[in-house]
Amino acid sequence: MKEIKGIGVSPGISIGKARWLNKMKGVATGVLLQNEEGILEATILFETAIRLSVEEIEALLEERNASLSEEEMAILEIQVELITDPQLNDDVLALIRVDKKNANDALLEVIASLVKLFESMEDEYMRARSADMKDAGDRIWKNLHKHQTSLQNYEPGTIIIAQELAPSDTIGMDLRYIAGFATQAGSSTAHTAIIARAKGMPAVVGCGIALNDVKDGALLILDGKAGEVYCNPDNEIIEIFREKQARFIRLNEEQKQLKNVPAITTDGTKITLLANIGGVDDLEAINDNGGEGVGLFRTELLFMERASFPSEDEQFELYKQVALRSKGRPLIIRTMDLGGDKDLPYFDLPVEQNPFLGYRAIRICLDRPDVFLAQLKAILRASVFGDVRIMFPMISGAQELRAAKSALEDAKRLLAGSGIPFNAQIKTGIMIEVPSAAITADILAKEADFFSIGTNDLCQYTLAVDRMNSKISYLYDPFDPAVLRLIGFVLDQAAKHGIPAGMCGELAGDPLATKLLLGMGLRDFSMSAATIPAIKKIIISASLEEAKRVYETVKQMDNSETIKAYLKGL
Amino acid sequence: MIVNNYTIMAAQGLHARPAAALVKLAKTYKSAISLKKGDQEVRLNSLLNLLSLALKGGEVISIVIEGEDEEEAAAAIDRFFNEELKGL
Repeated sequence: MKEIKGIGVSPGISIGKARWLNKMKGVATGVLLQNEEGILEATILFETAIRLSVEEIEALLEERNASLSEEEMAILEIQVELITDPQLNDDVLALIRVDKKNANDALLEVIASLVKLFESMEDEYMRARSADMKDAGDRIWKNLHKHQTSLQNYEPGTIIIAQELAPSDTIGMDLRYIAGFATQAGSSTAHTAIIARAKGMPAVVGCGIALNDVKDGALLILDGKAGEVYCNPDNEIIEIFREKQARFIRLNEEQKQLKNVPAITTDGTKITLLANIGGVDDLEAINDNGGEGVGLFRTELLFMERASFPSEDEQFELYKQVALRSKGRPLIIRTMDLGGDKDLPYFDLPVEQNPFLGYRAIRICLDRPDVFLAQLKAILRASVFGDVRIMFPMISGAQELRAAKSALEDAKRLLAGSGIPFNAQIKTGIMIEVPSAAITADILAKEADFFSIGTNDLCQYTLAVDRMNSKISYLYDPFDPAVLRLIGFVLDQAAKHGIPAGMCGELAGDPLATKLLLGMGLRDFSMSAATIPAIKKIIISASLEEAKRVYETVKQMDNSETIKAYLKGL
Repeated sequence: MIVNNYTIMAAQGLHARPAAALVKLAKTYKSAISLKKGDQEVRLNSLLNLLSLALKGGEVISIVIEGEDEEEAAAAIDRFFNEELKGL
């Protein structure tokens, strides 16, 4: 057995027989054109090849319209543009007319220089486009030599091996018989990777020369997540991977089934499932798990693990990236929540007796307008790039909310004064995580655009339990009737005043609490992306009527043990 | 002649797919349409030239349109940058 390491670009396991992809290669002949007649002939040859290439793609588009994905259609349309590009056309014709090169040589030279142009680009994505260029060139070249590109026939379960796969290679294949791809070159942004992911087919790229030893017909195992290829594995390994494969398929099916299912209760109430994120890297997982936006963007991570406060511009760049990549879906950015258990090396936070009751979050922000304004301006500037909303943490009462909103107005004035665009109507909400805020929710609801309940802090403050102290951690329990009453009151007041109230604390992602929270009136749940499918599963099988009954029952109970036992029994 | 400025509102920059859509759109008009980034200017009839600019998200570009149907073209390109690009 031989083990080959590459880059896993499309997850999944496949076990099948290897088959090398054969490609024809063009070679320059060096033959020069002798006269005007030769030049005319070469011009016609080239123009015919272009026309045939376009017709070929159009035929492919028409013939396989139903079976091509949107991704594949786009690839073909891009290829038509490349093949008919006036720049390419002019360059080739100039070599024919001026340098007297024959059509074959002129085409190869122009394509080679264009491929090089893409390869030299800084951007990894653009570099990967060199494969598209090569592919477009191959197609013209084949038509120039009237070679027919025929669909190759493969045995079912074939794993395709190639130096690199061009988009037209994969489009020309009957993918039903292909079990996966392994290539020597490539990156995660190349079309092969994109196609493989779109088709849910395992793929490993960047395997290098180690693949040379793989012979046609060899038994291969492909692990598209780990990026591993096993050649001629022994039975024991095959057994292990067969099991892995079955597990992957099962899990994938479950997730896929749920991903595009809207979170609607059996009696038709739409529930919004959002994700809590700490940075750009977390965004992809939201899509994968069927999340509908960001309910909490914790910005403090940007402030940690560094030597000084991040500048306004630096923050703006990050918020803008996240906003653009959220593509118009809600993005709630929480201003920094530092202090408590989150310390900064460059900011001299005093050692406190009770840090959770001390100088933290909004209290630091209101004390340090320079730091606060930089963040507020950065968020405002990013607000033109998406549905950005702003949220203040740790608000304890109306005066604090007013002070924070007044700082936001200052930031708006500063930006307006410099002529920088921002969303002047940006929605401004608060975390409800301090008991005093929960108890005065009716007052705060008049001045905040939305609430988001932070159950972790709300629980520790309500029950007077330091959640960092393991000796008393048994007392920390969000199912305590006191905490539930506060949550219930906040949701009631928000509804009464017509503002949305969500939840972004851990309770929102706790399957045990889902029905109860639905019954209490919660409609916006925000949690770590990975827990979304589990919560969605409960929501789509629950009815509001049942949820309300659950809430009524829980209201009659006097301790968290009884409540949890009841909820577990549902 | 119409000149409009746009910010590339796509995190990954102007990728092959939206770039191809833009070239395809520009070709449907008789007007000469070009795109300027700093002092580089390319005609919007060539995907290759457009891609060679490697436009990044957040970059500001201007579109220059001149010809008999320049107003219709400008409106369509406006829609492309302000609405369609986000969905591509």
